[in-house]
Amino acid sequence: MEDLIKKRIKQVLKGDQSAFEEIVSLYQNRLYQVCYRMLGNSHEAEDITQEAFIRAYINLHTFDQKRKFSTWLYRIATNLCIDRIRKKKPDAFLDAPVPGTEGLDHYSSIAHDSPLPEEEVERMELQDRVQYEIGRLPDKYRSAIVLRYIEELPLQEISEILELPLGTVKTRIHRGREALRKQMKTL
Amino acid sequence: MKPCPEDIVRYMHDYLDGEITRRDEQILKEHLEKCPECQQHMDGLSRSVAFLKSAAPIEAPEGLASGIMASLPKERQGAGVRRWFGRHPMLAAVAMFVLLAGAALLSNFNTEDQFAVSRQPNLVVEGNKVTVPEGETVKGDLVVKNGELHIEGEVEGNVMVINGSKYMASTAIVTGQVEEINQAFEWLWYKIKAAVKDSISFFEGDGGDGEE
Repeated sequence: MEDLIKKRIKQVLKGDQSAFEEIVSLYQNRLYQVCYRMLGNSHEAEDITQEAFIRAYINLHTFDQKRKFSTWLYRIATNLCIDRIRKKKPDAFLDAPVPGTEGLDHYSSIAHDSPLPEEEVERMELQDRVQYEIGRLPDKYRSAIVLRYIEELPLQEISEILELPLGTVKTRIHRGREALRKQMKTL
Repeated sequence: MKPCPEDIVRYMHDYLDGEITRRDEQILKEHLEKCPECQQHMDGLSRSVAFLKSAAPIEAPEGLASGIMASLPKERQGAGVRRWFGRHPMLAAVAMFVLLAGAALLSNFNTEDQFAVSRQPNLVVEGNKVTVPEGETVKGDLVVKNGELHIEGEVEGNVMVINGSKYMASTAIVTGQVEEINQAFEWLWYKIKAAVKDSISFFEGDGGDGEE
């Protein structure tokens, strides 16, 4: 499949815009799924997926064809999602690091949505509950967890997508699992 | 009761990542059998993972792909040129050479700043000042570079002043064209025109010789 993608990329670079359509149809579900799980909103997910593909198209000449295309595409999409999540929280001081938490800022320590009352959570359908719990994860853990368990990507690839050392990715996934465990004590 | 081994939680995560060593796995297993608290922790983590994996796959909404294709920007010219250079390094090198050659020609314009004049017997030259005396007739094209030209008499041909000034008295007569070149671009343009003229006269010359 990578071979086919590389062929299409070359065609697009030569000016054949229509060759991009096959690239879009091959990756749109995966990209949309990541965006949806990260943002928890189908409208925004659609918006960001579209933006990610357009950026990929515009910057296609910067893609190193010796590398895996999906990694590059996931990187564009996750970066856009993280930007979008941050823009939704317009507090000026959120960027300041939280003392005593290595590499954490207030962005990651506040929950995505304000928590719902426990009875309401317990009445949720399983699928809604999954999305709700993912959404409550701090965004630093959320991106790693989504790539690991929703996209089922290997740790090494996640490290390339997020441009983080492998050790950092592992730490985030460990902390994400711990956070979920605590969130779900009520289940 | 013995305290829980150090790093036991890390072993749990290594186990879930599928990256646990055999030795650590042994330690973990033995401990979990004896320690209900850690067993509960481990169960909690395993349940979280199972819970995440129960997420149903999500498909992109219909029309997303066509929406994306419709909103792609039209091919930009700049991008095309850059890509073209990337793909044709030899041609890019040639283009670069032409550019440098042009620049060299331009820099010649600046270095050739010495005074120069075409040689005609009845011209009067004093320093940078060239005079066509009143009543005299200079035959052939007159070229003055980096100097001052005063025409009081007659020139039978073209007059060209490069990077200089020209003064024509009321008595002056020039049968050909009078040109003044003061800017680098014009200099380049003149060189090009001259080169074209040369090549044309070269071809015309071939035919003309026979007739004379």
